[in-house]
Amino acid sequence: MLGLLGHNGAGKSTALQMLTGCLLPDSGEIEICGISMLKHPIQAKKNIGYLPETPPLYRELSVNDYLTFAARLHGVRSDMVSELLVQARQNCGLESVGKKIIGTLSKGYQQRVGIAQAIIHRPALIVLDEPTVGLDPSQIRETRALIRELGNSYSVILSTHLLSEVESICDRVEIMQHGKLIYADSSAAMQHFGGAIGFIVSLRNPPAIGILQDIPGVTAVEQLSATQFRVLHKVADNPSAELLRLAAQQNWQLEQLAPLQATLEEVFVKITAAESGKAAAS
Amino acid sequence: MIRLLAFRELRSLFAIPSTWLVLATLQFIFAWFFLARLEAFLAIQPQLAQLANAPGVTLTVGAPVFNMAALLLMMLTPMFTMRSIAEQRRNQTLTLLLSAPLSGRHIVLGKFFGLLFFLTILICSIPLMLYTLAFGTHLDHGLLMGNCVGLLLLTASYIALGLYISALTVQPIIAAIGALSVLTGLWLADIGATAENSPWHFISPLHHFQNFNIGLLDSGDAAFFILFSAVFLLLTVKQLRNNRRHG
Repeated sequence: MLGLLGHNGAGKSTALQMLTGCLLPDSGEIEICGISMLKHPIQAKKNIGYLPETPPLYRELSVNDYLTFAARLHGVRSDMVSELLVQARQNCGLESVGKKIIGTLSKGYQQRVGIAQAIIHRPALIVLDEPTVGLDPSQIRETRALIRELGNSYSVILSTHLLSEVESICDRVEIMQHGKLIYADSSAAMQHFGGAIGFIVSLRNPPAIGILQDIPGVTAVEQLSATQFRVLHKVADNPSAELLRLAAQQNWQLEQLAPLQATLEEVFVKITAAESGKAAAS
Repeated sequence: MIRLLAFRELRSLFAIPSTWLVLATLQFIFAWFFLARLEAFLAIQPQLAQLANAPGVTLTVGAPVFNMAALLLMMLTPMFTMRSIAEQRRNQTLTLLLSAPLSGRHIVLGKFFGLLFFLTILICSIPLMLYTLAFGTHLDHGLLMGNCVGLLLLTASYIALGLYISALTVQPIIAAIGALSVLTGLWLADIGATAENSPWHFISPLHHFQNFNIGLLDSGDAAFFILFSAVFLLLTVKQLRNNRRHG
C-alpha cells in the first residue's frame, strides 16, 4: 500500500495518469509488473485497475450493467463475469443497489462503484486517485476501511493530499513536489523524520524538573505547563519504566504518559520545506 | 472488443429519453413527408399516365423521402457524434476506455459501429414505410435497395467526420457545431458550384449520394464513401493518441 502525497498541483494525478496509460510520457519508461507500458500497452493495462479523480461512470447505466461492461472491457470472459460481479459488489458494499441507475446514486455510492470498477477484474495493481475527495466523514471512514481491506489482497497506489489518510492506511509514503519525487520511505519512518523520540508525561504532583532530567536515558526535558513535561530520550534507551517506578515511589501522581508522535503534517512541511531550501540553495 | 464497445454505445443511447424523442420526431417527419409526396403523386397520376415511360411511384415518392432523410441525417449525426468523444472527455468517462487494455483503433471503431448501427435502425423505418405501398402497386426494389445502401454509406461518412471533429475538442457543443458546419459547408459548396466538373462536387458526400438516389450504383461513389470514412476514422485514432500526449 503506497501513498503518494503532495500539494495540489504537485503532479500526482499526472503521474498516475501516465502510470495507467491515459497520458503518454515525453520521455522515460513505465513498467507494470515487468511489462513496458509504452511497448506493450495492452498487456500492461491488463494488470491495472484505475480509479481517476472523477470516477468514469456512465451515469445512464445501471450498476450491474456498468460493472459488467468494465469487467468485459478488461478481458474477463463472459462466463466469469457474473461471479466477479457478485464479489466486487460484496467487497464494495453495493449489494443493495445493483439494479439502480448510477446517476441516481449518492456521491458515496458512486465512489464505491468507481472502486468496484477498478477491482472487478482482479488486477495486480490498483491505482486510486484521491478516492475520498468530496465524501462526507462517515463515507470517508467507510471508503478508507474498504481501501485498507483491498490492501490485504492487492497492491494499491493511493494519491492524496490528506495526510491523515496516509497515516491511517499506507505502509509506504512517497512525496512529490513540482513533478519530482522528493521523499520515499515507510510511513512509520516518515513519522520520525527529523523529529526526536520521546513522550509527554503529565504529573499532578510534579517534582523539580532537574529530577526528571537525571533519569538515565533522558536527553532533554521541557516543561509545557504546570503539570506537563515533554521528555526526549535516546533511541536505544527508553526511560519510561524508570520514570513510572519513580512516579509510584515518590507519589508524583502520574496522569498520562503518551509517546511523542510528530504528526505527519509537521513532517510533511519539514520535508517539503527542506527540499525547497535545497532547490533555492542550488 | 469492438462489438462490446458498440453495444455499450447503443445501450447508453437507448437509456436516454432524448434519443427516443429524436427517433419519434424523425419518424413523424419522415411519415409526414412521405404522405405529402404520396398525395402529390395521386393528384398528378392521371397526367403521368398519359406520358410514355413515366416515372413510377418509387421514383416520385420514395426517392425524395430518401433525399430528405439524407439532409436530416446531416444535421442530426453531429448531435450524436458530439456525445461520443467530446462529451466523454469532458465527463472524464473516456478515462475508463483509455486505461483499459484497448488500442485507440478499438475505441474509435467501437464508437463508429455503435453509432452506425443506431442510425441504421433509424434509417430502417424508411424502406419499411415505403414498402406499405407494395400492398397497392409494384415497387422498384432495385431503386429502394440502392437508396438504402447509399444512405447507409452516406451516414457512415457523416459519423466518421463527426467523430474526428468530436476528438478535436472537449466542448460537445463545439464538436456538434463544427461537424454541422463542415457538412453543411460541403453541401452548400456542392449545390453552389455550377460547373459540371467542379472539385466541390467530388468532395461533397451528398453529391455522391445523388447517383444512389436515382438508382445509379456507381462503384466510384461507393469507393468515395468508404475512403472518406476510413480517412476520418484514421485521423480520429491519431487525434486520440495526440490527446493522450498533450493531456
